[in-house]
Amino acid sequence: MSSIKILKDKCVGCKLCVNSCPFGAIKIEDKKAVILDNCTLCGSCVSTCKFKAIELTKDEVKGVDTSEYKGIWVFAEQKEGVLESVSLELLGQATRLAKDLNTDVSAVLLGHYLENTAKELIAYGADNIYCIDDPSLSRYNDESYANIICDLIKQYKPDIVLFGATAYGRSLAPRISSRLNTGLTADCTILEIDKEKKILLQTRPAFGGNLMATIVCPNHRPQMSTVRPKVMKAIEPDYNRKGNIINPQITVPTSTKVKVLDVCNFPKEDLNLEDAEIIVAAGRGISDSKNMKLVEELAQVLNATVGASRAAVDEGFIEYAHQIGQTGKTVSPKLYFACGISGAIQHLAGISSSEIIVAINKDPDAPIFKVAHYGIVGDIEKVLPQLIEKFRENLVK
Amino acid sequence: MNIIVCVKQVPGTNEVKMNKETNTIIREGIESIINPFDTYALEEALRIKDAYKGKVTALSMGIPQTAQLLKQTMALGVDEAILLSDRAFAGADSLATSYALSMGVKKINNYDLIICGKQATDGDTAQVGPSLAEKLNIPHITYVNKIEEIGDGFIRCTRLTSEGYEVIESSLPALLTVIEDLNVPRLPSIKNLREAKNREVAILNISDINADSKFTGLSGSPTQVVKTFIPEYNINNEMIEGTPAEQAEKLVDNLLSLGLSVQ
Repeated sequence: MSSIKILKDKCVGCKLCVNSCPFGAIKIEDKKAVILDNCTLCGSCVSTCKFKAIELTKDEVKGVDTSEYKGIWVFAEQKEGVLESVSLELLGQATRLAKDLNTDVSAVLLGHYLENTAKELIAYGADNIYCIDDPSLSRYNDESYANIICDLIKQYKPDIVLFGATAYGRSLAPRISSRLNTGLTADCTILEIDKEKKILLQTRPAFGGNLMATIVCPNHRPQMSTVRPKVMKAIEPDYNRKGNIINPQITVPTSTKVKVLDVCNFPKEDLNLEDAEIIVAAGRGISDSKNMKLVEELAQVLNATVGASRAAVDEGFIEYAHQIGQTGKTVSPKLYFACGISGAIQHLAGISSSEIIVAINKDPDAPIFKVAHYGIVGDIEKVLPQLIEKFRENLVK
Repeated sequence: MNIIVCVKQVPGTNEVKMNKETNTIIREGIESIINPFDTYALEEALRIKDAYKGKVTALSMGIPQTAQLLKQTMALGVDEAILLSDRAFAGADSLATSYALSMGVKKINNYDLIICGKQATDGDTAQVGPSLAEKLNIPHITYVNKIEEIGDGFIRCTRLTSEGYEVIESSLPALLTVIEDLNVPRLPSIKNLREAKNREVAILNISDINADSKFTGLSGSPTQVVKTFIPEYNINNEMIEGTPAEQAEKLVDNLLSLGLSVQ
């Protein structure tokens, strides 16, 4: 069993470790550090101790022979032949990672009537398409899709497998990683290659706080990640690119415990945060639901879409559909107004591709100001009416 | 219908304050709560129990103090609460957590349905539900927003997707992860809360659930955190001073000079 201990003769009770612990799992008792029950053995404290008084012993983890695994795979999510944009974005990122690993990029495509979809994947950077074309796969099904992809991974041994963090991807990927006993990192915002160790560095917001964590999966394969839409960039499609379409010998399950009986799509609504050019978003700092009117009015003047932070949704100021951030939507507008949004890292993860960010907040220390191109320290109730008026004067003839 | 609800203890807030001088997290005064998404899972389990009879068991993995939170679930009407707690579970990623929970579920043995919240508010991975179902070799349905029918050996629900919803039928036993649209969780009465204080939470260690320490905690976790950092933003930021009217005017001028137009 892995364990951590404080070497009492070396510890001077300086509290450096207490401050470095992301979990608050160290306290000082009788001028010596004590590790508490909620320690997760993350090791953050070990490197901060100047007196080498913390000893972390990790069991040797028995993994797999990683040298057998090669290539980067992307799960190509499609509905009736239309690919999810995130799958194309992942292919783009995979081509960049593949250069560092000197390997190739493959797409895993399941469905029915897939010929044109396969061609599109090649144009967007796939060197190989593992194509399973069967009428029973025309609709996404957790069970049959997981069975087939697990079989393919066992047969072809890819080094890295990437999924979009969509409703389907977030359901499918953990089922697969669990069966293969390998690691999976959710909602990555940065994917890079450690050029020395040739492993995938997966970075995501962590610890529910203003921290990013870089996560690796050194001893198990494949290395698996999910990535939210609009975080990575697709390459320009080249329809003259060549690629191989492979039709693997795979048994398609004939009966499944889970059956999709019916699919019902919501009507396309006006609310389309992902493609909005201007967004006016509200946070907890608008303080009162009546101030939502000001946010909405500013949005109206600018012909903008209304967004919100998780805190504003939790407060009941606005519905979840408007939520932007790690657990909401990722946006990339030309102009983003953050009204009373403090700027928790989860929210920042959803707005980082905005061209210009304007932050209005009464707390001058709010983290949102670190990412804002223009910052106004002030009261929403006083600043927004002025802004609405000035925009009206200048924009509306 | 015997139902197991997976419950996680999480920090009561995501609004984390940083100490600017030491670059560390200020965590005084943050209390622990039941993961908010799990409260919808608990409520749905209790409603199913009301309609179909049976037993509801709350299952958690965590530090010994989690037992206090599990007593709250008993005040709501949960029949039994089980806490998996052992130093050998420390440092678990979602795979090692799923393994330990699956061994706990096998110990409970008699169940038709497992319900989990869609994700925990501290890690937000949404991985443990599907991963646990896989370890138990039972089907799973994620993002369930409505249970339509439970019949002899099957359950039919609707689940949200990015474009709408799907009607899905699965054989039982099965695992569901549920979203907040499902119900409005009940609150415990003061009387029940007081009574629950005297109830026992079964605390099981690694040998009680016959788990192999190779697959639990840090040893059973394929993923490792190699670095944590505070993101740096290289943004040329301009703070606009003045009265609200002056601030508004300067901002509008700046944006107009950048070519802001409205379609």
